[in-house]
Amino acid sequence: MDIGLSHYLTVAAILFTLGTLGIFLNRKNVIVILMSVELILLAVNINLVSFSAFLGNLTGQVFALLVLTVAAAEAAIGLAILVVFYRNRGSIAVEDINAMKG
Amino acid sequence: MSVAAAFFYLFAFVLVASAFMVISSRNPVQSVLFLILAFVNAAGLFILIGAEFLALILVVVYVGAVAVLFLFVVMMLDVDFVELRQGFLQYLPVGVVVGMIFLAELVLVVGAWATGPGVASAVQSAPGGIATESNVRAIAAVLYTDYIYFFQAAGFVLLVAMIGAIVLTLRHKVNVRRQNITAQVTRSSTIEVVKVRPGQGL
Repeated sequence: MDIGLSHYLTVAAILFTLGTLGIFLNRKNVIVILMSVELILLAVNINLVSFSAFLGNLTGQVFALLVLTVAAAEAAIGLAILVVFYRNRGSIAVEDINAMKG
Repeated sequence: MSVAAAFFYLFAFVLVASAFMVISSRNPVQSVLFLILAFVNAAGLFILIGAEFLALILVVVYVGAVAVLFLFVVMMLDVDFVELRQGFLQYLPVGVVVGMIFLAELVLVVGAWATGPGVASAVQSAPGGIATESNVRAIAAVLYTDYIYFFQAAGFVLLVAMIGAIVLTLRHKVNVRRQNITAQVTRSSTIEVVKVRPGQGL
C-alpha cells in the first residue's frame, strides 16, 4: 500500500489531538502546556509540508518555515515570562497567574 | 510493503507514541526528552516526503535550541511537579471528550477532502513550482525572491523575541558594582591639564 497524503494528514490530526488533550490534562503545569502548543504547531507544520509535497509547490514549505520561526520566538518569550513569574511568585501553577484579575 | 512505507509507519508510530508520553509523563524532564524524540521523528517524516531543508531546520532549531531551552527552564526552576500534577484525572474526561470531537472532525476532513477544480492551475501559476533541483536550492530560489518580505518579517520576529526575552529576564542586583563609563571618563579630580613651555619642561 502506497503512502499518500491521507496518511500524513492522519498523523498530523492525531498529533494535533494529542496536543489539545495535553493542554486539558496538564491544566496546572505551564511548561507542559507550552510543550503541547509546540506539538500542535508541529502538527500544523506536517500538514503544510505534506500538502506542499503532494501538490508540487514549495510555498507550503516556506510557510512552514515561518511557522517554525514564530514557534521558536513564542517558546523563548513564554519561557522568559515563566522565569520572571517564578522569580516574583515562587510558583508556576496556572491558578496563581491571576494578578491581572482578568 | 516498500521500505519507504515501513519507515513511514516507524516514524509515525514513534512520533505519536512520544507525543503521548509528552503529555502523560510524570516528570517534565522526561516530557522534554520525549518532545525531542517527537521532533526527530517528525524530521524523519519530512525527509521521507522530500523536504530535507525543513527536516534539518527542525533538528537544528527544535532539538538544538527550543528543547534545550525547555530543559534549562525545567531544571532551573525549583518546582514541586507532583503538586502540579494534582487534578490530572479530574480533567481527563473533559479532555478526552474534546480531543475525540477534534479527532472525529479532523478524520472527517481527511476522509472527505477533494481537490477543487481551480487548484491545479493555481498551483501551477503560483511561485515555487515543482522542484527539479535539490530542495534547499529550490526553497532558496523562492524564499529570497518572491517571499523576501516574509523572510525579513521572520527575522524581525526573532529580533523582537530576542530583545523581549533579554528585557524580561535581565535584572541588576543592587550589591553588584558595575562599571559606570560616563562617570569614569568625565571625572575631573584625577586629571590636571598642564601648560608646558617649549624648552623648559615641567
